Amino acid sequence: MSNRVKEKLMSAVFFTAALTSILAVGLICTFLFVNGFPAFAKIGPLNFLLGTEWSPSDTPPLFGLLPMIVGSLYITAGAIIIGVPIGVLMAVYLSHACPKKFYKKIKPGVELLAGIPSVVYGFFGMAAIVPFTGNSILSACILLGIMILPTVIGIAESALIAVPEQYYEGALALGAGHYRSVFSVVLPAAKSGILAAVVLGVGRAIGETMAVIMVAGNQARMPVSLFRGVRTLTSNIVIEMGYAAELHREALIATGVVLFVFILIINLSFSALKRRANR
Amino acid sequence: MKKQNAFELSAKIATRAAAGITIGTLVFLVGFILVKGIPYIKPSLFSFTYNSENVSLMPALISTIIMTLFSLLIAVPFGVFSAIYLTEYAGRGNKAVALIRVTTETLSGIPSIVYGLFGMLFFGAFLGWGFSLLAGAFTLAIMILPLIMRSSEEALKAVPDTYREGAFGLGAGKLRTVFKIVLPSAIPGILSGIILAVGRIVGETAALIYTAGTVAQIPTNPMMSVRTLSVHMYALSSEGLHMNEGYATAVFLLLVVMLINMVSAKIAKKIGGAV
Repeated sequence: MSNRVKEKLMSAVFFTAALTSILAVGLICTFLFVNGFPAFAKIGPLNFLLGTEWSPSDTPPLFGLLPMIVGSLYITAGAIIIGVPIGVLMAVYLSHACPKKFYKKIKPGVELLAGIPSVVYGFFGMAAIVPFTGNSILSACILLGIMILPTVIGIAESALIAVPEQYYEGALALGAGHYRSVFSVVLPAAKSGILAAVVLGVGRAIGETMAVIMVAGNQARMPVSLFRGVRTLTSNIVIEMGYAAELHREALIATGVVLFVFILIINLSFSALKRRANR
Repeated sequence: MKKQNAFELSAKIATRAAAGITIGTLVFLVGFILVKGIPYIKPSLFSFTYNSENVSLMPALISTIIMTLFSLLIAVPFGVFSAIYLTEYAGRGNKAVALIRVTTETLSGIPSIVYGLFGMLFFGAFLGWGFSLLAGAFTLAIMILPLIMRSSEEALKAVPDTYREGAFGLGAGKLRTVFKIVLPSAIPGILSGIILAVGRIVGETAALIYTAGTVAQIPTNPMMSVRTLSVHMYALSSEGLHMNEGYATAVFLLLVVMLINMVSAKIAKKIGGAV
């Protein structure tokens, strides 16, 4: 009898534990939206999202988030332009061109790239990229391009491996060369998975904070050139939260809300793509 | 035929170049950090109190270890138990399962700064924990939860059904089967998830600045503000006065990451060899 009680009890415990992630997402949404909403209401959603001036210390203070939204988009786009071609080509190399012996040495390297903390990337960027390109959009794009590489490589590689061997063999049999078969047959067959890799790379890039702060210059103004500084949504929060109060603080939390909404959209498209890739 | 050869050659060059860039970047980055950091690893970096004279990383190192333990202590039971629910208890077509999967996926995509904001608002302000080790540990625990859940689930799924059937056949109940048979065989996989989680905790900065704070001290109770090694590095870089000590800290972090990767590769190999 006591055994049955124990079974029942523990299955309830497991079920409760499984609800943690639902609870966590619920709490995160609630607390971000409740605390960020007042800023939207007080500043006005359009003034907040489309305003081009961010100067919290002016009287009256101005909270226009557009420079940061545009900044985040620019830097993300740049990181994708740099990281995706290299990442996908590298994935092709790993899945279809790399000798097995070599693979065993290279693959841990890619994994190491994934494990390096963002502050370490930031220190590297400050000393090895900034001296050439300044605290600028370009520096941030290069650094983020490197940082999203392991993500893109990992997902693109498994997408390529998942393509049935017959596709490649069929192309070979039709007289295509090795690379022609891979690029014209295998790669297109893996396109949902590769698109998913790009989307996840976008998520990584737009959410990255510390490394960007250390190389992007962080001026809260509309981006003017590749070689000038810019501030992202993520940096805006970290840089000013330390001394912000009242409406300023709420505006920073609302910045987090905007970022969160971006991420939710990206996540949804990622899981939609993944479902399509698995089909 | 000539065109064909030209394509083959350029494709070959392009893929090799991508591989060269990736590996070259890695080697350059690691080498760069080592060269810039190693000369500044001095005994004074390891004194137990931090001041602007010695720029000691010891308080941050100890705080990092404690922070890691606390976060794991919170996240691992929840993560493993929910994985047990998902693989062993949940029936097919269970509506809760679908919701759990969606939320877990959502959690794994949320950037660390959003976790930091949430931790500040919920643990720091709402629960009144302020900047504290505990607020930081809970924030990180939520952040690593999806990682632990996923790796545990995969490990549990990989345990052959014949194990379960054998246990049932010998008269063991469900609970006994899970704890005595299934869970022990899944331990290597769960462990590799935990190790990856350690890597994320050690490397985390944005989620900690406004939850655990940035005070360089060795905590004597969980309500004290601490800085981990990564936060320590960021603090040094934003002060801009002690960059060299920052690089020395980076060497430490790099070594930790390499160690973590090596151990998890070993475990992965062991799992691969056993099945």
